[in-house]
Amino acid sequence: MTSTTPRIRIRDLHKSFGSRTVLDGITFDVPAGMSLVIIGGSGSGKSVLLRCILGLITPDSGSIEINGEDIVAASEQRREKLRGEIGMLFQNAALFDSLPVWENVTFGLLAQKRIKRADARQKAASVLAQVGLDESVCDLYPSELSGGMQKRVGLARAIAAQPEILFFDEPTTGLDPIMGAIIDGLIVDCVKTLGSTAIAITHDMASAQRIGDQAAMLYKGRMVWQGAATSLMNSGNPLVDQFTHGRREGPISMELRK
Amino acid sequence: MDSLLSLVARLGRTTLDLIRAAGSLALFALEGLSHIFRPPFYGRVFFSTFQETGFFSLPVVALTALFSGGVIALQSYTGFAQYHAQNAIAGIVVLAVTRELGPVLAGLMVAGRVGAAIAAQLGTMRVTDQIDALSTLSTHPMKYLVAPRLLAGLVALPLLVFIADILGVAGGFTVCVMKLGFSPHAYITATLNSLKIADVTVGLVKAALFGFLISLMGCYYGYNSKGGAEGVGSATTAAVVTASILLLAFDYLLTDLFFSQ
Repeated sequence: MTSTTPRIRIRDLHKSFGSRTVLDGITFDVPAGMSLVIIGGSGSGKSVLLRCILGLITPDSGSIEINGEDIVAASEQRREKLRGEIGMLFQNAALFDSLPVWENVTFGLLAQKRIKRADARQKAASVLAQVGLDESVCDLYPSELSGGMQKRVGLARAIAAQPEILFFDEPTTGLDPIMGAIIDGLIVDCVKTLGSTAIAITHDMASAQRIGDQAAMLYKGRMVWQGAATSLMNSGNPLVDQFTHGRREGPISMELRK
Repeated sequence: MDSLLSLVARLGRTTLDLIRAAGSLALFALEGLSHIFRPPFYGRVFFSTFQETGFFSLPVVALTALFSGGVIALQSYTGFAQYHAQNAIAGIVVLAVTRELGPVLAGLMVAGRVGAAIAAQLGTMRVTDQIDALSTLSTHPMKYLVAPRLLAGLVALPLLVFIADILGVAGGFTVCVMKLGFSPHAYITATLNSLKIADVTVGLVKAALFGFLISLMGCYYGYNSKGGAEGVGSATTAAVVTASILLLAFDYLLTDLFFSQ
């Protein structure tokens, strides 16, 4: 692996569900250490793209390389191994509601046998501290936490194994703007501290600019624009402009059903 | 002509759907089973499902067994008294309970209790992305969620049915002795004379299969559920209904296999 190999390299990715094309030839690179935010309307294929990279969905054609290794062609075992190197914060945190917070946070580490069960609670407390949570939440169950705290625990769980790659699926959805900004701040801190490569998908423009170095827009299964996250609001691309400014009139016609 | 064609087309599509469903269920079962034998093993998950199936179902199954044993005794008394064949009642009770009522009624009760709970639990995990989250945390969801539950069903139901057998006979005994004035000693002797180890064993084999089926249907429908709360609801219903029907169908097949000469 040379230093020029991108951490994630995607070439001509296609995926359809029945007659509905969700990904229609997506190509992009994410160099090591970069944070890419992907924006796009609901149903533009953002979640499917992340799930393809995670190996939870098999694409119809195209390649996905992580550190130069094609995961689409890899064996299921190898894919499982690679998946373990990606941390993911799910949209609704997706915490295991039958397990206490400490066990949620250390779940991956315990599964990989990187820590002993006896040390897990202490490890959880130190990871929780990184996301600004007190040790006292360790023994609570996810249903006892507020939405913002659940997101933090989800973030702690995603970073606990210190993954090289982090995915964030709409990290601020459902949070108030202040909590959203706090979560964004934590995400940036974690990504910087770990030196991870990150992909975040979001509809939240403020969040996109806070988290991302680079930004890209998906529309109808294609990547229609890519540029610096700071230029999101004045990209000069009519599709991106309409989306980021939330205009009703423009090249994007929402398929509304009456 | 057109309507005839569309009728045939619909019939064909339904048949294909059925075959596809049976195939995917069979593959799911095989994959789940294969994970039972390959490490890592999740003892905690196994134990909690085992406890739910075997221990917490005890009161319901015990009451069901007691009352059914009693009812069999009462009903056969009304029939047999006409022919002065009351002595056969103890035999009828022990035969009915060990061969059929124990496994079937306990199975149906557990399908309603545990099958539904498994489907709802896995279904909720599916629609809230918890199953995908497992995959991202180096844990195979089939191995973590499905395999221990299949094993727990397979092991717990025979134990439960063994207890149900005893309580079913006790139900018959209670009715015959307290209500119909049988001699306790004679009843027990008659029971022991008609008790066949083969009947009990086959009943327990049935129970193991039923336990497996109940867990399997709960896991299958829960694991593949989609569409939020409504999806979880219909997964739960489907799990209980199909488990109950399969259980009765397999009961017939096994009875035919073991007892019809």
